[in-house]
Amino acid sequence: MTTTTAAPPARATGPSTSGRRRLAPWGFLAPAIVLFVLFLALPIAYAVYLSFRTEKVSGLGLGSGSRTEVWAGLSNYAAALGDPEFLASVGRVALYGLIVVPTMLGLALLFALLLDSRRARTRTFSRTAIFLPYAVPAVISSLLWGFLYLPGVSPFYDLFERFGWDVPSLFDGDLVMFAVANIAVWGGTGFNMIVIYTALKAVPSELYEAAELDGASQVAVALRIKIPIVTPSIIMTAVFSMIATLQVFAEPTTLRPLSNAISTTWTPLMKVYRDAFTRGDLYSAAATSVIIAAATFVLSFGFLRLVQGRAFGQEK
Amino acid sequence: MTTLTSPLPADAPAARSSVRRPTGTGRRTWRGAGERPSAVATAVLLLGALYCLLPVVWVVVASTKSGAELFSSFTFAPSTHLADNVADLSAYRGGLFWRWMLNTALYAGVGAMLSTLVSAMAGYGLAKYTFAGKNAVFNVLLAGVLVPAIVLAIPQYLLLAELDLTNTYWSVLLPSIISPYGIYLARIYAAAAVPDEVVEAARTDGASETRTFFQVAVPMLVPGLVTVFLFQFVAIWNNFMLPYIMLGDDRLFPITVGLSGLLNQGASQPAMYTLVITGALLSIVPLVALFFALQRFWQVDLAAGAVKS
Repeated sequence: MTTTTAAPPARATGPSTSGRRRLAPWGFLAPAIVLFVLFLALPIAYAVYLSFRTEKVSGLGLGSGSRTEVWAGLSNYAAALGDPEFLASVGRVALYGLIVVPTMLGLALLFALLLDSRRARTRTFSRTAIFLPYAVPAVISSLLWGFLYLPGVSPFYDLFERFGWDVPSLFDGDLVMFAVANIAVWGGTGFNMIVIYTALKAVPSELYEAAELDGASQVAVALRIKIPIVTPSIIMTAVFSMIATLQVFAEPTTLRPLSNAISTTWTPLMKVYRDAFTRGDLYSAAATSVIIAAATFVLSFGFLRLVQGRAFGQEK
Repeated sequence: MTTLTSPLPADAPAARSSVRRPTGTGRRTWRGAGERPSAVATAVLLLGALYCLLPVVWVVVASTKSGAELFSSFTFAPSTHLADNVADLSAYRGGLFWRWMLNTALYAGVGAMLSTLVSAMAGYGLAKYTFAGKNAVFNVLLAGVLVPAIVLAIPQYLLLAELDLTNTYWSVLLPSIISPYGIYLARIYAAAAVPDEVVEAARTDGASETRTFFQVAVPMLVPGLVTVFLFQFVAIWNNFMLPYIMLGDDRLFPITVGLSGLLNQGASQPAMYTLVITGALLSIVPLVALFFALQRFWQVDLAAGAVKS
């Protein structure tokens, strides 16, 4: 594409060196700005525009002239917010987020602290193993776990049957939520662990050596010194995990062939996909996606405001 | 896709901004009672490792089983059909699977390459020049980090459809090139790794701005740019929704969309399951190999990036 190969600094030879110097940064930024406008700014504007439009069908709706696009005001938004399918998907994702984010970050923090405390053996092996799922795409990990949940393949069913217990089917009813959540926790813990561990490694050790010499236990050191210091990292990982949670799509979409409990509107994103590409109703799909985007912004900024006083207060 | 990709690019600045350079030469030279090995700590870490390895070990074992054994033999009992399964998979519709692998390498490799170049240029432009509107440009680009893929998906599809580009390699490649997070990282690296005096010296020697960038700045930026490349490579490799929406022709699919489709067929033809499992194994081999090869680099680089800021 021309937009990507253009390297205007070469062309931006002005009459003088200083003129050239003035144009140079814009030359360096040009490919990024062009791509940003084409694939980020323009699509956002277009989505907002579409969300206020609708299709009007006249007569029997036959023939090309019978359908016209008209302004719809806020009716797409009203319809989306009143749609029980949408509200149910939002509720599901909220619950899913409440399961995934604390579990994943809790485990990541625990593992990072254990790696940092130097009291555990096999630290290199464990760190590598726990980080490994990061190399597995969400579709593939959903596939692997999907089979591990499948009766007849799963080792858990063998185990349960041996004990004579009823086998809970992870693909039915409410349990499927945990089945999907487990995949997200499995995939995300390792990376977050590395982020927190990196922050921990940079804590000057004098900070807690004194406390340890005074007889403070490792747990006390972790709770009183280490966790407060890495709190900003934890907050950022929490915000980005929340954003990712709201957009969950690949895992449930991959598991759908295996489970009847996952509908085509199981998460908000799946509903947008269905509305836009199965039903061809781009307008309400656009409205729904704008609502989700707005909710993402409000949630992440709200969360940051809520916690930043506590987390960053000590930096001043 | 989402839980894996989105948290990762965005987390690193948190690590970067919150850490300070460790003081002294060797950290923790002190050894005290606190460093006694603890069985509980070891056990907890090993449990975590076991949990993370379980599906990976399973797929290695399962890909050695025949279709019938998959449902009859014990989950972790290996068998001898790996070669048959790979042969079956390779024969599936004239080697379609290997085409998916190549497509994935193309999308992730070329996409991340171009993305790194665009990010490096933009980051350098922002870090090494002063000009009117600089902060506005940076803030607008950075806001892109927070834009959820969902708002983009439909309009990107419609816009590319206007240009007749949907269902082509371009439809996946082009939207993958712009990376606000990559630009952000490149700016940090350029500010830290390329001294102003060096740029000034190159100019005094008569080098053009373009030449200064490619021959002086880029070599100094290489370690940082590898990180930008890796993040974007993994992000594109993981991305499911974009190719899922854009592509209809299964010869253009990346591996994720391809295997997801195979699993779908498996619902009616369980024979497909063996293909899906073998395909899953083969598809993670290159990624895990890359991961191990660069593991030291990941660690070092996360830390090095942290120290630099």
